[in-house]
Amino acid sequence: MNEATAGASSPKDAPLVSLSDAGMHFGAVRALDGVNLTIYPGECLGLVGHNGAGKSTAVNVINGGLTPTSGSVTYTGADGQTGAGAGMARAIGIRSIFQELSLCPNLTVEESLRIPQKDLGGFGWRRLARKRISDSLDRIFPGHRIEAGMTVGDLTLAERQMVEIAAGFAEGTIAPRLVILDEPTSSLDSAIARQLLDHVRRFCAEGGAVIFISHMLGEIFDVTTRIDVMKDGRIIASRPTKDFTQQGLIDAMGHVATETSTAAARQDDADRIGEVVLTSPEGLSARRGEIVGLAGLAGHGQAEALAKFYLSRSAGVRNTKSPQAAFVAGDRGRDGVMPLWSILRNLTLTHLPSLAKRGIVDLNAEGDLAAAWKKRIGIRTDDMTNPILSLSGGNQQKVLFARALASSAPIVVMDDPMRGVDVGTKQEAYEMIRREAASGRTFLWYSTETDEVCQCDRVFVFRNGQISAELTGSDITEENILAASFEMQEAAE
Amino acid sequence: MNGNYRILLPVVSLAVLLAAVFYLQPRAMSYFGLNLLFNLAVPIALATIAQMMVIMVNDIDLSIGTFVSFVACVTATYLNETPLLGAAILLAAILAYAAMGALIHLRQLPAIVVTLGMSFVWGGLAVLILPSPGGAAPAWIRSLMTVKPPLVPMAVVACIIIAAVTHLLIMRSATGTILRGVGGNTQAVMRAGWSVIKLKATAYALAGFFGVLSGMCLVGLTTSADANIALRYTLLSIAGVILGGGEFIGGRVSPVGAVIGALTLALAGSFLSFIRLSPDWQIGAQGAILILVLAVRLVFSRRKSNWRQSDNG
Repeated sequence: MNEATAGASSPKDAPLVSLSDAGMHFGAVRALDGVNLTIYPGECLGLVGHNGAGKSTAVNVINGGLTPTSGSVTYTGADGQTGAGAGMARAIGIRSIFQELSLCPNLTVEESLRIPQKDLGGFGWRRLARKRISDSLDRIFPGHRIEAGMTVGDLTLAERQMVEIAAGFAEGTIAPRLVILDEPTSSLDSAIARQLLDHVRRFCAEGGAVIFISHMLGEIFDVTTRIDVMKDGRIIASRPTKDFTQQGLIDAMGHVATETSTAAARQDDADRIGEVVLTSPEGLSARRGEIVGLAGLAGHGQAEALAKFYLSRSAGVRNTKSPQAAFVAGDRGRDGVMPLWSILRNLTLTHLPSLAKRGIVDLNAEGDLAAAWKKRIGIRTDDMTNPILSLSGGNQQKVLFARALASSAPIVVMDDPMRGVDVGTKQEAYEMIRREAASGRTFLWYSTETDEVCQCDRVFVFRNGQISAELTGSDITEENILAASFEMQEAAE
Repeated sequence: MNGNYRILLPVVSLAVLLAAVFYLQPRAMSYFGLNLLFNLAVPIALATIAQMMVIMVNDIDLSIGTFVSFVACVTATYLNETPLLGAAILLAAILAYAAMGALIHLRQLPAIVVTLGMSFVWGGLAVLILPSPGGAAPAWIRSLMTVKPPLVPMAVVACIIIAAVTHLLIMRSATGTILRGVGGNTQAVMRAGWSVIKLKATAYALAGFFGVLSGMCLVGLTTSADANIALRYTLLSIAGVILGGGEFIGGRVSPVGAVIGALTLALAGSFLSFIRLSPDWQIGAQGAILILVLAVRLVFSRRKSNWRQSDNG
């Protein structure tokens, strides 16, 4: 801990950032579980791992956005001074480029630099900002066609990403020393991505450090000097890049999880699954009684595919009494519960047309329906008229399941429904899904958790908004899903 | 380019309306006529700028009308009789606006509710200060508002000055840029280490400041005040901002457009009088003009909604 003995190490080879035993808990969830990580100038660190492995949390701890709940983060400035906190992180030149765009669409390219660079101000700030951003764009992406006066909202997605990267590497009063790139190439084409990788290599050669997160393993191998593999909030492997092979990396990402064998759940499929009931333009298909999983890294088009399918079957004014599809929300706050309503009303929401007589809701029928489902799926409450928010997250989710299952819809669409649900409830829900599938319902199930996807009869793996693999039966394994989620071929061929 | 025609539309609407007025009433095409046409547009323009400050940070201010009335009452009484006390009251009012902005951000309250509540507070204070119409304008404001510059009437000069100053402040300065950034992507601004609460308070304080200017201006023109003198400014100012190319969310505002929007709205009233439309129909007709102009804008804008799509999963 006390290696601050001056003189022993020049600032040059002191670590820029060191995390020692950093832990991060959100309630009961352990996003980071004792991470040790040091980054030295000149290093390019690749951070890989599956969904929820803790990459984003680690990045936010490194850039000072989150304060770890245990352990410590120490920054060392160019002058050898050490410190902690978000202010120090900024002061020593840590810059982050986030996966979700963090530009303001109403500002121009040059004005965008004003937000990360607080010192821009006074007379002539605009000229300075223009010079900094243009220089950076020219350096990283020679031949780009972005002008400093263009409004960000008018740029294409790729151009916005380029501006964001350029802003991250731009000169400033505090020079960039560690740049964190979170999926920087997700919306860039291969030629532009190649320019970025070249720049990253150049930047590191000049003594800068980079943390590089990508699902394109080719890029990771191409540019990094060291790879840290994360799984369940820990770093499970940290080796120089040349000691890894692509297959070895995939294996490392997958192996640590306690292997709960779920193959037993998939027996006698043949007599249960019937004819094809849906196909979508993306290539998604499902048969009667089948549980179809949508897998892949978060945000690669699964939620959109579900939403597109669901809206195509449910939009319109007719058919409210016998819907073709029902929806189970995963983001309960956003598209699930009515927070001010009672459990009962939340549960019966989609069935009001069939409960109504001449436009008036039959309260007795509503109560009966709710009571029946309370018993059937075990909602833990003594009074269904209690507010929905009095329930735990898992029980709220059960209500949403009941809302969907109580309908007569033959297809049930589930958008990561087990988010933030405890293990016990998950097991009950799996059981319920299997029972319903046995009685002929089709499930479309998007999940970010591999062991849930392994419950399915058929799995579509998404990458970059397209289906990259279709797995069935015994092919549904964590290794296969991971391999299909990450781009295997060389970057920018 | 999006930005170019955004300012074109308010300019064209104003030009069309002005041409129609001149055609109907050629005598309006004079120094005196222009001053009459645009005189009462100056306080409206200032109130519109105030509203724009709030819309810029994705909120809306339903209290600006009663606030301007309140300021007018203070100006016609305290500022006239005991200038120091009057100035202190107006300063406190600006601080109250800043505090309102901070509160709205801190507690994540809907601005529409808070400002609606505040509108009753300002309205009540105005009635307490001036229960019946009266008071007198301070002489210096009166003389400032009746200055007769050569060639171009005061109303036009004032509007140009307002537009130029606020354009520099909002569109060009570093502070204005970050304030617009709050409207564009609050999350990004927060993540870069800015205090959004301070920025919101600043935007609201600016709104309060321009609201105060609007009220003082109004008293300078009318020479006396009334607790209900500027109630319609609330809706006029919102319409002016939108007419001038602004949008309710996303920090897309244009100070020059807002001033032109306010002028257009003021002119629409005169235009309807000139075509001898019965006053019963005038408000409806004004609304129809507004809908027409906004419909034209909708035709022109081919916005893609790909910006918001990044927050899935």
